Order: sequence, then structure tokens, then C-alpha cells
Amino acid sequence: MEEQFAIEMLNITKVFPGIIANDNITLQLKKGEIHALLGENGAGKSTLMSVLFGLYQPEQGIIKKDGVEVKINNPNDANDLGIGMVHQHFKLVECFTVLDNIILGVEPNKYGFLQKSEARKKVLELSEKYGLHVDPDAYIEDITVGMQQRTEILKMLYRDNEILIFDEPTAVLTPQEIDELMQIMKNLAAEGKSILFISHKLNEIKAVADRCTVLRKGKYIGTVNTKDATIEELSAMMVGRNVNFHVEKTPAKPGDVVLEVEGLTVASKIHKNNAVKNVSFKVRAGEIVCIAGIDGNGQTELVYGITGLEPVKSGTVKLNGVDITKASIRKRSVSGMSHIPEDRHKHGLVLDYSLEDNLILQTYFKRDFTNAAGFLRRNNIREYANRLIEMYDIRSGQGPVTKARSMSGGNQQKAIVAREIDKNPDLLVAVQPTRGLDVGAIEYIHKQLINHRDQGHACLLVSLELDEVMDVPDRILVMYEGEIVGELDPKKTTQEELGLYMAGAKRDEVAE
Amino acid sequence: MILLTQYTLIFASILILVALGGCVSEHSGVINLGLEGIMVIGALGGALVMKYLPAGTSPFVIVILTMMAAIVAGTVYSSLLAVACINFKADQTIIGTALNLLGVAAATVAVKAINIAEDPNNTSSEIVYREGRQAFLTDIGGFELNVFMIIAFVVLIGIAVMLYKTRFGLRLMACGEHPQAADSVGINVYKMRWAGVLLSGALGGLGGIVYITAGVSQWMFENGVAGFGFLALAVMIFGQWKPKHIAWAALLFGFFRALGNVHSGFDFLKALDLPSGVYNMLPYAVSLIVLAFTSKRSRAPKAEGIPYDKGSR
Repeated sequence: MEEQFAIEMLNITKVFPGIIANDNITLQLKKGEIHALLGENGAGKSTLMSVLFGLYQPEQGIIKKDGVEVKINNPNDANDLGIGMVHQHFKLVECFTVLDNIILGVEPNKYGFLQKSEARKKVLELSEKYGLHVDPDAYIEDITVGMQQRTEILKMLYRDNEILIFDEPTAVLTPQEIDELMQIMKNLAAEGKSILFISHKLNEIKAVADRCTVLRKGKYIGTVNTKDATIEELSAMMVGRNVNFHVEKTPAKPGDVVLEVEGLTVASKIHKNNAVKNVSFKVRAGEIVCIAGIDGNGQTELVYGITGLEPVKSGTVKLNGVDITKASIRKRSVSGMSHIPEDRHKHGLVLDYSLEDNLILQTYFKRDFTNAAGFLRRNNIREYANRLIEMYDIRSGQGPVTKARSMSGGNQQKAIVAREIDKNPDLLVAVQPTRGLDVGAIEYIHKQLINHRDQGHACLLVSLELDEVMDVPDRILVMYEGEIVGELDPKKTTQEELGLYMAGAKRDEVAE
Repeated sequence: MILLTQYTLIFASILILVALGGCVSEHSGVINLGLEGIMVIGALGGALVMKYLPAGTSPFVIVILTMMAAIVAGTVYSSLLAVACINFKADQTIIGTALNLLGVAAATVAVKAINIAEDPNNTSSEIVYREGRQAFLTDIGGFELNVFMIIAFVVLIGIAVMLYKTRFGLRLMACGEHPQAADSVGINVYKMRWAGVLLSGALGGLGGIVYITAGVSQWMFENGVAGFGFLALAVMIFGQWKPKHIAWAALLFGFFRALGNVHSGFDFLKALDLPSGVYNMLPYAVSLIVLAFTSKRSRAPKAEGIPYDKGSR
């Protein structure tokens, strides 16, 4: 054997009350390799990383660094061992400069006074060496997400970390930024850093990782050389069955216009400009139209305007030819609009309500659920909830009386999808319906959207995931800085072209 | 005119001290609404020292001991806020309000008890410190220079340097903006927040003793500090949580407060013949108006008011 491992986690078992989060898992990271950790949500990836960072102590198993057993009791121990992590949600102070964020915690100082000039030099050198192109004096709030991520990478490099962990780093990036990140990761590995890359995006793993360890439901499934495995094999290992990646669908048969948006302008809550600027488009029955774009280009506000969560500044929204621009949300809902919201915790569910109560949030006032005196008809509600739970395969601890908060993200989302689609709406507005879900759940939700379309209804999908944008819709509208800058046919375009539109490098004059 | 300058400066000094106290606490992530109560307790500490110091103590010793007493009293009192809000994760607004109620009440009871013990017929909540107060003042050609004007200036510079030039300041502000980020790089958020709150208690206590000695030689503790702690919070918000801006804001509010004291000295104001209540109202009315127009743009530390829980990520 005598292979050089930077870090080894051997036979790790971590038990939480009622669940074995990690069951005898072994992960060996070679020096200078990029090693992917693959698994669905709830497979135990985060628990394993928390063990590595000393946030949890495993019941069994040991951790070795460079072949020597080590004890990691808290994140500082991990830091001292040279283990650094780029978290999914960046740990950056927005009103500090890049430099201040990098030195925070390990500030060079004389008698407590900061000595920044040397740190600055080191940061510039590192930035140069790995091609990061970061300006140390820029404020975090002013730079792009990609640059923020590089700041996180610099934080690790500044601390001379040897083991770099990337937790789903590509979720927030544009295609171009993803390519650049891949290159940066390869540069880092070439310089002798060992990289652990947590992801459930198989093509990225295939593109960048040398080896891949797969977890499923807390169990260790295996470690493979990525160049020897196909994407289908990897996904079968991850999910435990074959997954159909290609979204199966027949050509759309667009019918009458269901949603007509004209000259819509919505103010921004964050800045003085309008978030949505004079946007016009139509969605017809029997088609799925996708609004693509990088997060924060007005998609959220556009949906708020259409669904009535925020008032619009000007323009009109028509549903089936009826002007609903100023209609209440209940009115819109009753007239045939459903909304799978972007933030399922904020707008989708009442987390402390039971599942059954959440399932009737939009329809509780109907005679089926409320009698003439205004009392809830609990039996009907229970019956209805049981029907949806069965139909949409919503899994939860105690069935209809489970508190929504205690359900997994995927099942929370299924509950929302069930509620919204079961209303059989003419228009379904689905905003990032698969965010944070694993492959199996994504496949399921895509199927539901397409079924809905095939029944002759309209669907407006807002997505940040490129695969979803390419596979699911029949038309793509790209949004950039509040405007629709292009209409693309997913069958004819490429991810690269889409990326150019999303980054604002290319635009058409779109009539509607 | 000299009198107006003098009062403006002394009131601005109080506001600077207390607002800076609020500023460091909020930069650490804890909203200190209890400044009003902390001022009262600080004032009580200082006043008691002045009351009990033997006649003939040198002015220097009086100044030092009074200050120390006010600072210690304010700091100890603010630890209630720290324990409740940092360790027990209580709602900061409610605890701050409780501190305000408790501060005035406790001070009144204590002073009344002391007074009654000395003279059963004296049930007032008043402490007299005529000689003590003189120790703070130096007369320069009719302008009464108060030692606290200098101290406030020094504290202002000190806090500004601390926040922007030191390791402590960088870490403190990180805890108020993004405690998870601070924690992830090995900073003890609880400790930094304790430091922020205690420092604000010290400054609040100091501000308290300056307030009650600013213009008078005795104080009725049942009056508290007449909303000055809240005024300081307004100054802090108007000052955008930045020491330099806080200083300017304090001068502005201090000026309006001073007008209330000296308006009768100006002929043209006298000619207006407004009731004095109008002038007394001014700083509060101005703070309402100013905040109504500016607070929308204000950028408070992001994580302030949210108890930090290591477990929740």
C-alpha cells in the first residue's frame, strides 16, 4: 500500500437519536488529488464533514492525518491541522474588505494594532500564483459571487491550509465561473493541495475529480476512479437505482395564451432602480416557459409581480385574458394561478403547522374543508391530506399530523408541489422547484411539471440550474438586470450560448 | 454665547460617551436599549462617591474616584444584559427595557433608603454633591471647562482607533455583522459580545455621571436621566454607527439640548416669547424628525439583535 494519504477517515460511525447518519464510512484523500464526495441530500455528507471539523464526535472510527491518528475536538483543531472549507453559504462579512475577511481570526498585529501591509502582499502573491485575480481592497458587498468564493479560497490559502474542502461550490456560479473554478481547483491540486469536492452534480465530478466516494443513506457505497465510471454508473451508485437523466417529453402543443405580461416594471427592495424593467411576454397553455438567469437579475421580483406578493409599478398582468394586475393573491389563486415559491420556508409552508393543514392553505375556505358556520371539517381535511400524501409520495414521520418543520427539504417541497398542482391550475408558477433537492426528487418534480403541461396547462418555470433550464422547458427567456435579453429554443441552443446571455455578454432585441 | 457653547459641548460630550457605548455594543451584535438605565446606575455610583468623600479631598482624587465608581457601576449593571442576552439568548429589546425600568426604580429606592437612614424626615430621592461637582470644572475666562469634555474627546478618538485599527475592533465588528463567519475562523463570539456589552456599560455609566453633573449640583433620582439614553441611541443611529459621524450628530443634538438651558440669554429668542417647554422639547422633537427622514438609509450591524447560537448553522 504505502500510499500517501493527506487525510483518512476510517470506519466512521455517527449515530443521532433514531438515525445512523454515518454507518462505518471510510474516506481516504490522497495528497494532491481532487476527491469528490457524492451523495443525495441526507446521505450523510454534511455529518461526515462535521465530524472532520470536530463539530461532532463519532461513536466509532478514527481520523488520520499523514498516517498519524489525530483527535479533532473543534473547528480550531481542524484549522491547526491545515483543513479549510469553502462553505456553501459563504462566511464573509459583507461590509469588510476582501483583505479584512481574509485576515480575520489570524490578524497580523503589533500590540493588538493591525499590520495589514504584509498580509496584503501575501494575498496578492497568492492571488497571482493561483490566478484568482482578487482585489484585496474591494468590499465584499460590491463583488460578484464568484469573487466572493475566491475570497473564501484565499482565506484557506492565506492560512496555508493543505486540505481544501469545497461544499457544493458551483451552485451559485454561472457556467463561465464554473469553468474558471474548475481550472482553479486543478491549479491548486497541481500545487500539491488536496481537495475534497462535495457535490451531487455528476458532470462536474466527472470533469474535475480524480476519484469519487459515494454515500447513500448514511452508508459507504464505494470509491471509484472517475475516469473509469460513467455518469450513469455514478448516479446508480448514489441513488440505488437507475435514474433517467434525460427528461422525457413530447413536443409542446401551445394553445391559447394563459398568462400575458405587458410592460411590467417592479421596484427593487434593495436598490433604487427597478428590479424588473418593462418586461413583456406570454405563456400559452400546453407549454413550459423558463425564465433563466443568474440569481438576482430580477427573477424574484418578476414572480412577486405576477403572483401578487409585491405591487407592481407599472404594466399589466393578464390571466386568461382577465387583468389581474391589482387582484389580491386569493383572487389570483382562485382564478387559476398556482405558485411554488422560491423560498419554501418563507412563502411555501407554515413550518409549525401540520402537514395536513399546510396542504389546505390555499383551499381551506372551500365548503369541503370549512362548513357554513366557519368550522373546519377535520375529517375531510384528513382524508384529503391522506390522498395527496399517497398520490405524491410525501414521506413524513407521522403522516398528516407531522409538523412541516420536521420534514426533510425534499418532502416539504413535494408537499408544496402536491398542494399547488392538485388545484389543477391554468397557470403554474414554479420558482426553483428543485433547489437543494437530490436527483431522485428532481426527476419526480420535473415529471410533475411536464404532466401538468401535457394536460394542457401553462407553466412558468424560474430556474438557476442550467440542466433544468436546458431540459425541462419548451422556451427559454433569459433575464439580465431586470430585462429579458433573449428568447432561446432549448433544443437549438447550447449551455455556452445561454451562459453568454445570462452574463449579459449577448442580447437580442426581443419583441415580446 | 459662551454659555451656549459650554452647554452644547457638555451635552454633546454626554451623548458622545453614551452613543459610543451603544455603538460598541451594537457592533458586537447586541442592541443595548438599556443605556438609559445604565446611565442612571452609573450616575448613582458616581454621586454616592461624591457624597461620601470627606471634605477637602483633592479635586484630582475626586475626579478619578467618581469616574471609577460610575464606570464600575455601569459595567456591573450591564452584565445583566450580557448574561441574559448572550448566555440565555433572551430578547434584547425586552431585557433592555427591563434594565431601564429597574435602573430608575433601584436608584430611587436606594437613595431614599440612604436619605431616610440619615434623617427620617427626608424622604426625597435627592443627592447633593456641590463640592464634588466643582472638581470637574475649570474656569477659563467665563467658559467653564468640564474635564469630561476632554475625556469624551479622548474616548471618541480611542473608540475610533479601536474599531478600525485594532484586531479587537475587527473581531468585534465581525461578530456584529456575521457571527457565524467569526466563529468559523476561531473567534469566540460570546466573549466578544460580552466585551462589547461591558464596554458599553462602562461608557453608559460614565455618561450618566456626566449628565447629572452637567448643569446642577443635586439630582432627584426618580427623574432618571430624562430620556438621554434614548437620545444617545438616536445619535448613534443618526451617526450611522460610526464614531466620527456620531460626534457630529452629538454636537447637533447637544446644541438643541443646550438651547433649552440658555434660550433666555438670547434677546431674539426672548422676543419670540415661546414657552420654555418648547425648548426643552427640541432635542427629542429633532431626533424624531431626523430619524424619520434618515433612518431608512441607515445600515445597522447586520446580526444585531439576533442571539448567537453556536449550534444553528
